[in-house]
Amino acid sequence: MSDFQSFDFRTKFGSRYFPSPIFTASGCAGSGKELSQFFDLDELGAVVTKSIAVKPRSGRATPRMAETPSGMLNSIGLQGPGIDQFLADDIPWLQSKGARVIVSISGETIEEYATLARKLRGINALFGIEVNISCPNVENRGLVFSCDPVASRAVIEAVRRNIGGDYPIIAKLSPDVTDIVSIAKEVVSAGADGLALINTLLGMVIDIDAARPKLAGVTGGLSGPAIRPVAVRAIFQVHAALPNIPILGMGGVTSGRDALEMIFAGASGVSIGTATFGNPTAAIRVKEELLGLLQSKGFKSLKDAIGVAHG
Amino acid sequence: MNINPRAIQKSVEVLSNKKVGSYHHMVFSVGEMALHAKPGNFVAIAVGGNSSAMVLRRAFAIYRASDRGNFGGTIELVVAAHGSGSRWLSERAIHDRVDMVGPLGTAFGIPTEPVSALLVGGGYGSAPLFGLAEVLKQRGCRVDIVLGASNANKIYAPLEGKRSVNTMTLTTEDGGAGVKGRVTDVLPQLIEKHNTEIIYSCGPMAMLEAVDIIAQRFEILHQCAVEESMACGIGVCMTCVIPLKNDAGVIKMQRSCIEGPVVDGSKVIWGSSRQIPSGTWGHQSLGVQNHE
Repeated sequence: MSDFQSFDFRTKFGSRYFPSPIFTASGCAGSGKELSQFFDLDELGAVVTKSIAVKPRSGRATPRMAETPSGMLNSIGLQGPGIDQFLADDIPWLQSKGARVIVSISGETIEEYATLARKLRGINALFGIEVNISCPNVENRGLVFSCDPVASRAVIEAVRRNIGGDYPIIAKLSPDVTDIVSIAKEVVSAGADGLALINTLLGMVIDIDAARPKLAGVTGGLSGPAIRPVAVRAIFQVHAALPNIPILGMGGVTSGRDALEMIFAGASGVSIGTATFGNPTAAIRVKEELLGLLQSKGFKSLKDAIGVAHG
Repeated sequence: MNINPRAIQKSVEVLSNKKVGSYHHMVFSVGEMALHAKPGNFVAIAVGGNSSAMVLRRAFAIYRASDRGNFGGTIELVVAAHGSGSRWLSERAIHDRVDMVGPLGTAFGIPTEPVSALLVGGGYGSAPLFGLAEVLKQRGCRVDIVLGASNANKIYAPLEGKRSVNTMTLTTEDGGAGVKGRVTDVLPQLIEKHNTEIIYSCGPMAMLEAVDIIAQRFEILHQCAVEESMACGIGVCMTCVIPLKNDAGVIKMQRSCIEGPVVDGSKVIWGSSRQIPSGTWGHQSLGVQNHE
């Protein structure tokens, strides 16, 4: 049996401590209610919510999903109830279950991110904000914010200005860029306390019988074990450049071994996403396996293991 | 509101696996999972083993569930080996184990009064209807069933299933068994003949839509089990949505694993593959959308 007493499994993002480094990934844990039938949400380091927008969103038409080798494409279109209903329904319920909540936000303009940050100000239960900047900027020809250092900076500055207090801000970056380190440096200098690496990669599947794209949205985000080496690479590069900035690693983590790979690359925490679709209790399995692995390798704390692959 | 309130995750043993026509009839020892399973519910199964490249769970409608018998609780499935995941499942041998989550989703509503019910199944979509027929019979209902497919080999109609219905009508598109044509070709005369008061259907979406048009014309209730591809089966992936009108008349994209698979046919906005119906709550008119 694992002995939690002798091992310091805590991790830290900004000013907040979390009792375990295993979080859910945004958009992969529903409202939390779906998974709470299978385990207690306070067993997780934190629940990262689906990315929430200012207004309700229907999301995209179906088909929204295509399984790919060791992965999947999704094209959900950020379906959600909008921030007001989300704050009225989801947050109080998550709080009542003792979940530590990180709210993920998404916008189509800088002003929308600012509005979302204002609405989240003063909600004491929050353990942090994840800023999903892998969204198209409608004010700049639909170019994704996270592909543009200037736009990325502007979003994080707007959130920092409006959120107040000492809420940790975690910027979630896209791997679909030439130089992820330069984007990481921009958002950190703009006020991000941590980085979430990586969002999905843009991909596509053609239905060869119908001779058209499989997804109604044409393209989709690729996730799952297929992208794990890309995530490990991004974490390693960014940790090398910004060793004091905590990284929430994600991308195809299915086992404790996978999570340890990200921690050795420089992640302070690890989010479980697509693995939950295949196994509702994946996050708990990863947490227990990771703890066992760290102890068997002689570590006394999670902190001692972060970034050790850098030598 | 509780979501997935009766679902459990369990490693379950294959008790039997028999080829029936184009399908595999499989029995699993599931213990207490069978206790709360109702006709219309489904299970979600992990496929491919531990090192599989297939990362998503597969959903299967429950054919029958029994909480008694020599093996304790059992759940039976009718598996069509259409894709690599269902093929893997259909190749499991007796005593193999699979990871199953269930029971999931909504169940067919059962009338409180004995009524005349017509059950309509397309292909292996007939599977959940036999368990439903048994429940309806116990309530004193009249039960007529129509099963259709492209050819006779694709109709799932086990002998024991015939005992729980008053009449069984088969249709095949090639005329190889029963009436040549589609299920909807025989529905109007069956409705009139048996004074049908409620229709239950399960099968491809196009068939459900065609059945719903007839149900609306005759002004009878129609409960259908919808089919939209799922990644998880438990409500977290948001891929299996269909547009449903709620009691206030608002159309929302709803998960067929949580609000379905059994829904009121009159609430479905049909023909919505590859498009969001206009007026849907939160529908973005802008051309630019996030890819997730």
